[in-house]
Amino acid sequence: MSGFAQNTFNGLVSGAFYALLALGLAVIFGMLRVVNFAHGAFYMLGAFGAYVLLSEAGVPFWAALVIMPVGLGLLGMALERAVIHRLTKLDPLYNFLLTFGLTLILQDLVKLRYGVQSSPYETPSLLSGSVDFGLFDFPTYRVFILGFAVLLCVAVWWVLTRTRIGMVVRAATERPDLTRAFGIDVGRWVTPVFGFGIGLAGLAGVLAAPMRAVNPLMGADLIIVVFAVVVIGGLGSIFGSVAAGFGIGLVQAWGEAYLSNFPLVSQTIVFVVMAGVLLWRPAGLFGREEAPA
Amino acid sequence: MLRIENLSAFYGEAQVLRDVSLEVSAGEVVTLVGRNGAGKSTLLRCVMGLHPGQRGTVELDGRDITRLPAHKRARLGLGWVPDDRGSYATLTVTENLTLPPTVGPDPWSLERVYEAFPALYTRRDSAATMLSGGEQQMLALARVLRMGARLLLCDEPTEGLSPLLVQQVGDLLREAKRHGVTVLLVEQNLHFATGVADRHYLLAEGRVAEAMDNSEVRSRERELLAYLGI
Repeated sequence: MSGFAQNTFNGLVSGAFYALLALGLAVIFGMLRVVNFAHGAFYMLGAFGAYVLLSEAGVPFWAALVIMPVGLGLLGMALERAVIHRLTKLDPLYNFLLTFGLTLILQDLVKLRYGVQSSPYETPSLLSGSVDFGLFDFPTYRVFILGFAVLLCVAVWWVLTRTRIGMVVRAATERPDLTRAFGIDVGRWVTPVFGFGIGLAGLAGVLAAPMRAVNPLMGADLIIVVFAVVVIGGLGSIFGSVAAGFGIGLVQAWGEAYLSNFPLVSQTIVFVVMAGVLLWRPAGLFGREEAPA
Repeated sequence: MLRIENLSAFYGEAQVLRDVSLEVSAGEVVTLVGRNGAGKSTLLRCVMGLHPGQRGTVELDGRDITRLPAHKRARLGLGWVPDDRGSYATLTVTENLTLPPTVGPDPWSLERVYEAFPALYTRRDSAATMLSGGEQQMLALARVLRMGARLLLCDEPTEGLSPLLVQQVGDLLREAKRHGVTVLLVEQNLHFATGVADRHYLLAEGRVAEAMDNSEVRSRERELLAYLGI
């Protein structure tokens, strides 16, 4: 039983990372119709930035948790203005190629400077140790990640469903042309939404630094699963991406624990789930068929 | 109020409007009639600024708005009632109503809208696409009235509605007209058109074939119905 609780908890913690990354991808896709392949690279930059800030300037984790998302969000906005928005009117394939190229550039720049070896990042002292939940105890840092990610997802959900900004973003996501005809400058919201999505990726990266190996390829490994998560949840569905993020974290953790005798199964289980979901619901669990333009 | 001059519109290589010129004065209700594919909806989309491939001039209150993006046109007082009713599935009924900013001097308050449409009030927190077709049409009209739009662009607001609801749409448009709202209306239902409108343009193959007043439409109703294939 305690083994099951352990696996479930770990699944939820990985799920928290999937959810934060998938959430960013979902808002970006919804608003720009761009599948941001560079999302994993920004996650990596978040973690690497935190590492560099600490090792070269002594900037602590808590400061990095603010500096990196904001900095990367601004970088994302600059990139959107400089290149991505020029391609949004063309075939989606162009932005796919562009963001994929950006990924390679960002990864190699980091490799060039810091090599491919993983760098250790110390858990902030306030969050070291473990929390006793009676029957089991969990590492404090992981409990923090889970709580923080859930809080953040709830906050984003609240903004999207309860505020005027959220209403405009939902309307523009669902029917951009119609929303323009109702006097709303949809274009004005595109850049901040892109920056916000990138900021979330950077934040996930900082959170990952103390518990995952910080190296230039850490985002590339993760993003493949995150894309599966987004597809399962329904491309562009905010709720779907978060729910599928936590769900896939659980499936993966349980798969690794209880199917460890079948390594091929436990490694591919995410994609088996994805294929099953797509056969059953082609638009994903919470996705809607695209309305005709 | 609205002046269109030599407007041509294209879908790729295909030309759907050919040198259309027409005028709508302030306070008038004018319909565009014509067969399917005559270019009526495209004409409305051009006025709203939603059709990219166009040539010619669109003027609002003497101001050339041809190059203006759709959201700026809306803020000048254009109210868009699209043929598919334009309900947002991810917005509640209230959000659908309050999404557009108010743009005119005489916008309806939300209370007034709900007083006039009790059915919308009962469903105010539901997703707009959960409403019946008739309720969605009312929502689309209520939305532009709440904006206080001065010129309504209505694309077949009576399509698929029961006679009772058609009458309600008619009442609504007549009331809007009484308050000085101008309406450009795409309509297949000639009986409805003559009941609400002052004048009519017959579009055929992308051109204005004829301009008619109510008495002319009434006296030629059979001929026109046969032509429209209804």
